[in-house]
Amino acid sequence: MMELSQMTVTKTSARTVGVLAEFADVGSLLTAAAKMRDKGYKNFDCHSPFAIHGMDSAMGAKRSPLGWIVGIAAIIGGSGALLMQWWMSAVDYPIIISGKAFNSFQAWVPITFELTILLSAFGAVFGMLALSGLPRLYHAVFSSDRFAKATDDGFFISVEEDGDGFNVEEVTRFLESIGGKNVETLTEA
Amino acid sequence: MTIKTLGDVKIPPVDEILVVGATYSSITESVSSITEAKPTRNWYLVFCMAASVMLLLFSLIGYLFWEGIGIWGNNNPVAWGWPIVNFVFWVGIGHAGTLISAILFLFRQRWRTSINRSAEAMTIFAVICALMFPTIHVGRVWVIYWTLPIPNQMGLWPNFRSPLLWDVFAVSTYFIVSLMFWYVGMIPDLATLRDRAKKRLRKIIFGVLSLGWRGGAKQWKHYELSYLILAGIATPLVLSVHSVVSFDFAVAQLPGWHTTIFPPYFVAGAIFSGFAMVMTLLIIARKVLGLKHLVTIRHLENMNKIILTTSMMVGYAYACEFFIAWYSGNDYESFAFLNRAFGPYAWAYWIMISCNVVVPQIFWSKKLRTSVPVMFVASLLINVGMWFERFVIVVSSLANDFLPSSWGYFRPTIFDLGILFGSFGLFLTMFLLFAKFLPIVAMSEVKGVLPEANPHHPSGHSPHRESVGSITG
Repeated sequence: MMELSQMTVTKTSARTVGVLAEFADVGSLLTAAAKMRDKGYKNFDCHSPFAIHGMDSAMGAKRSPLGWIVGIAAIIGGSGALLMQWWMSAVDYPIIISGKAFNSFQAWVPITFELTILLSAFGAVFGMLALSGLPRLYHAVFSSDRFAKATDDGFFISVEEDGDGFNVEEVTRFLESIGGKNVETLTEA
Repeated sequence: MTIKTLGDVKIPPVDEILVVGATYSSITESVSSITEAKPTRNWYLVFCMAASVMLLLFSLIGYLFWEGIGIWGNNNPVAWGWPIVNFVFWVGIGHAGTLISAILFLFRQRWRTSINRSAEAMTIFAVICALMFPTIHVGRVWVIYWTLPIPNQMGLWPNFRSPLLWDVFAVSTYFIVSLMFWYVGMIPDLATLRDRAKKRLRKIIFGVLSLGWRGGAKQWKHYELSYLILAGIATPLVLSVHSVVSFDFAVAQLPGWHTTIFPPYFVAGAIFSGFAMVMTLLIIARKVLGLKHLVTIRHLENMNKIILTTSMMVGYAYACEFFIAWYSGNDYESFAFLNRAFGPYAWAYWIMISCNVVVPQIFWSKKLRTSVPVMFVASLLINVGMWFERFVIVVSSLANDFLPSSWGYFRPTIFDLGILFGSFGLFLTMFLLFAKFLPIVAMSEVKGVLPEANPHHPSGHSPHRESVGSITG
């Protein structure tokens, strides 16, 4: 009996971890984001079916550091390719072909170029995934049924709890005051 | 095009020619519903035909592995033959996809958004077909890994001074980067399919494929930069790939191959042939899948303009080769070109000239470049012409080189024909699967070019308009 009641308790005590509000269109989402920023919110995100121009500055977000990751990957790709070709064809196993020089960097240019590109592309893709926290198949926003619209025609702001002083009522009230509709809480089992 | 103004805010003209009468949800609906409906009977019919041709290819390749490359028409002067012709042809086809997805993206050509996804898919499938040919052409396919720098018991490394090895790296890199570019572009659309899925299996498949995409601005920020960087590096990549393919020829000393014009000439030809192939596929796809409001006549017209431009570049290259052959004063070089136009392969040469240089000239006329039947026939002829271009380059140069005693004539066998035909089956099978099961139009990008995606657009936005100024603060 004891165990059963405990189970029921754990089942119903889904923890509230955030608030989700819907907005009518791109313009109101942008305006709301700017108001969230001015109010001092940090742990919020604006969801939209496509990238919105000007959203970063409206949210007060910093520029993505992805360029640095790609730059480093490109340097590793280029220098690694040169080093590999030099070591393989001039040091480890030099083969005489038409009496050409073993250590001829000119012949290595195409492969050096291609491997620079390849490693940069890996940097751009895997760096992007890592920075945006993907893959992450579960997230609290998915607990809302309405959120499926975010990949169709819906615009949302989600506010996640950030530990200190997260007050659901206060956040809800503020989201409604800046034009948020269908404000709901996000829960986590 | 008129620019309307609303107060001090400029509104771009409503581009109804790009997307006819669409809303966010109508775009979602028209693209996603294709993947959700049961395949039609016509789809099954075409798929079965394509898959049978693909099976023909696989059985012919099986026979090739069993018997050896002697079953082809390749002979002593013409050692490269059709497999290399087909390789260059298919790599070239792929280039238009990258051009549309990367280069037009960098030039902010917003009309590309409806067609880039299918063009990228075409790139990947064409490159798969392309990679197949040199692989089976090496004869002993089970040691193809010797082309890669993998440590082995012989302690040998590949010869990095050979253009053929450069090609291995160029085409493999091209394949991997195109695949990643295509997939990254598709993540938001896969999430759309995930969110619309009703059945459990669909939910799981698209849930995993979309990696948990939430469309948050904190994700879009990195996503957009990643896409921009990928477009930025795919652009020099695509130019390098066909340049490296042309090095296979240009670095050799054969008359007709040993020319410095090859890299730009190959790249222009690749874009030319690739656009023709995109045209062929899109004309069919927009009709069969009912996407005429997303892929409009304006898209097709723009592509025809690019086809006309690249046709002139290719025509210029043909003329330039003749001029240099004469101007160089080199007897072998002059002979190689006179031999192309008037020798044993003159028939192939004139097919090439008429399809690649003469036919596209009809696109000077606005009436003809906006007529779907005309452009369909023209695109097919260009595909044929560009295949013959590679045939002329590979075969006519090898068949009649320096000493007449070592000349020969190349005749394809039934296996050459079958494998070329079969490669179209492989390509079409993959394209049909893509068109049925994946989002064929980049929904998130098309939504982004709708007028209401612009925050300054007046639709439903008037209460907040006065505060727009403070947003960027």
